[in-house]
Amino acid sequence: MYEVIAFYVFAALTIGMFGIVVTSRNALYAMSALAGGMIFISGFFFILDAEFLGVVQIVVYSGAIMALYAFGMMFFDTTRDVSEKMRSKKIAYSLSIASAVLVVAILCAPLVGESVEALYPSIEGVGNVQMIGVVLFTKYLVPFELAAIMLLVAMISGIVLASKKMDEYLAIEDEDLEDVKEGR
Amino acid sequence: MITLTHYFILTGILFSIGLVGVMRRTNLLMLFFSTEILLNAINVGFVAVSKYYNDLSGQLFAFFIIAVAASEVAVGLGLLILWYKRNGSVDLNSLQMMKG
Repeated sequence: MYEVIAFYVFAALTIGMFGIVVTSRNALYAMSALAGGMIFISGFFFILDAEFLGVVQIVVYSGAIMALYAFGMMFFDTTRDVSEKMRSKKIAYSLSIASAVLVVAILCAPLVGESVEALYPSIEGVGNVQMIGVVLFTKYLVPFELAAIMLLVAMISGIVLASKKMDEYLAIEDEDLEDVKEGR
Repeated sequence: MITLTHYFILTGILFSIGLVGVMRRTNLLMLFFSTEILLNAINVGFVAVSKYYNDLSGQLFAFFIIAVAASEVAVGLGLLILWYKRNGSVDLNSLQMMKG
């Protein structure tokens, strides 16, 4: 019974929060609503007995990603309203229809594949975190290591891109481009 | 009783909210926010399948999607800051010129 109540409460809150993100004209409001929505998403993970993912969702999304956005927004002018111009209505409408078809396909896909069998069934008496650890370090060890390398590359590229030197290099490149344009 | 279909409907609603955001927004920062919504919606679907089919693979896929989202934000925000420093705007229309 509590599961049902929790599902509907979290569903309403998440849809509301993400609706604010999509419709709000202020970047700061959108970011705060996104952080709230992420935390409510982690509520679904706790309902679904995925405690590990729930904690990871709070730590990584609400902690790391939203903090990164907050730091990034120091560079942007956030008090000003976001200016948006819709120019081609026809493209927007056709894309809306296409996405509606896509969503119907997503919802119908599980009905087609009935013969799904569990490869790694969870064992009684073993906790979720322990079970994830066993599967992650046996079957999914190579993707785990690749994810580690990917995060390392992303960290280095983030440092390099946001550093001050990069600006000077790009400025030099721009001057060179101007020279080329003027035929020197 | 909450069934798998409930979760799929929720995933569909959240995913379409994200898609509307991707199509409607012309600010690049808002576009990133909408991408996060898309990834979160799919995560909910994966974990629900993992629970109702009693299989841990769904949770591990959601785990890797979170890792991909983290690195996407790091690289994307770095590029966005660089673009803002050069052009003074994070509008999508400022990107469409190739200056050829």
